Amino acid sequence: MNPKLTRRRFIKGVIASGVAAASTSLWYSASGQNRPAGAVERLLTINVNGQSRRVDVAPQETLAHTLRYKLGLTGAKLGCNRGECGSCTVLADDVNIYSCSTLTHEVKNKAILTVEGLRAADGTLHPVQAAFIQELSPACGFCTSGQIMSAVALLKSNPRPTRAEARQALSGNLCRCGAYDHYLNGVMRASGQLS
Amino acid sequence: MSSHDVMPEMGLYQPVSVEDAVGLASQLAERGWLVGGGQDTYGWLKDRAKRPEVLVDLKGIESMRGVRETADGIEIGALVTLTEITRNPLITERYALLAQAAGRVASPQIRNVGTLAGNVAQDARCWYYRRGLNCYRAGGNLCYADTPEGMNREHALFNTSRCVAVSPSDTGTALVALEAQMVISSSSGERVVDAEDFFVGPNLDIRHMTVLRPGDILTAVRIPAKWANAEFYFEKVADRNVWDFALVSIAAAMRVNNGVIEDSRLVAGAVQCTPRRLTSVESAIRGKARNQETADQVASLAVQGAQPLNFNHFKMPLMENLVNRAVRGHA
Repeated sequence: MNPKLTRRRFIKGVIASGVAAASTSLWYSASGQNRPAGAVERLLTINVNGQSRRVDVAPQETLAHTLRYKLGLTGAKLGCNRGECGSCTVLADDVNIYSCSTLTHEVKNKAILTVEGLRAADGTLHPVQAAFIQELSPACGFCTSGQIMSAVALLKSNPRPTRAEARQALSGNLCRCGAYDHYLNGVMRASGQLS
Repeated sequence: MSSHDVMPEMGLYQPVSVEDAVGLASQLAERGWLVGGGQDTYGWLKDRAKRPEVLVDLKGIESMRGVRETADGIEIGALVTLTEITRNPLITERYALLAQAAGRVASPQIRNVGTLAGNVAQDARCWYYRRGLNCYRAGGNLCYADTPEGMNREHALFNTSRCVAVSPSDTGTALVALEAQMVISSSSGERVVDAEDFFVGPNLDIRHMTVLRPGDILTAVRIPAKWANAEFYFEKVADRNVWDFALVSIAAAMRVNNGVIEDSRLVAGAVQCTPRRLTSVESAIRGKARNQETADQVASLAVQGAQPLNFNHFKMPLMENLVNRAVRGHA
């Protein structure tokens, strides 16, 4: 297999070309005439990972859809798409939410943080990411970005949580491999309580 | 039922005042759908089981946020999230019952966006209804749950009428116990409804779980001082401790003087279509000592008149035991 063409890069390439096609087709349903107060504009500027991103968002579009299929940020996974698994967890103004169950238009004025935005500019991993690696927290890894985002949200509001608090804070993220204790070890390490 | 990743195309309005929102809601009527946190909404739309043409996102309305002190208690804006309720000092110090109930809803991420109004106004969780089947509640003429092979272990014990779905709201039981009042705006003005009358059973209206009608917006919830700092007990039993709806829940507020119960409100959740006030237990414990002996004497009153379905008999001892714990005051 061509080492330059990984599965991830292939998927992202497809996404990028999809964005180009969508933006030329301009499927505006409302032309802007005779709309009562409060009708939304489709062209949004949203703050994602500290950057302003200009994007065409349908009224009924979920944040997970915008992030994954329009902005190429595939770190938020779609597991259930029903707010029942947590793999799509991202932060909106430092609060963890299910991006599959949030309309992009609902959070257009909030700062969105995804797992892609955690790394420092020089490439250093976020303490939660580093701790999860050290504690071998992920098994299959599908839920990991969601677990990381819930852990990051917890540590922003409670830098030294007890294990019980961490368990509660991560309770909205399912792990079908059952690696819950490994994730909790990671949270305790990230908060400096394991050495 | 096919499952879809995306929702069908529809309009979206984001009004910033109650007046604009009421105008939109009454103009759109059945074609519109009000969204707060949206956690009860998007599943319906993704499944195509409900097909509104336009969403009205209420979250931009500042006057529907925040918790205020009033002359008689507090007023909670309809958009206050369940997480905010678990942390607000006015609520945790005086009305801990509501904070405990809100803290047991769904999961942390859902509580972070789910609103108090959405939790009380959410629709039935009967899986047949949610699947989009044409049952009584959906306007059809049969109930899929109340059949010999119907899966009804999560359904009602009391006051069924064609539909056997139960009230899914955890905060609803607490609000009925606290004698809360719901403030509802519509194009004909504002009205205030007692929490106990806000929820309606299928005998009164089989299509709706509350008195809210198209054009109505629940803008705030008021809690009177009457039960502030009372003795509270809340417990919810569910198959899973996260995400899941109650199999049975109990919310109790009591005034106890020298160990004697002077007054109380006991409300059970998930046993009928509305939060169920246990008036027979309330009157039986008035003037009695709050202890295990009293609890053992009265707990069986709670399940009198229950009419279990094929698979939910277990809810009767469960309910009895929760009432026992609430009366004695500990798990």
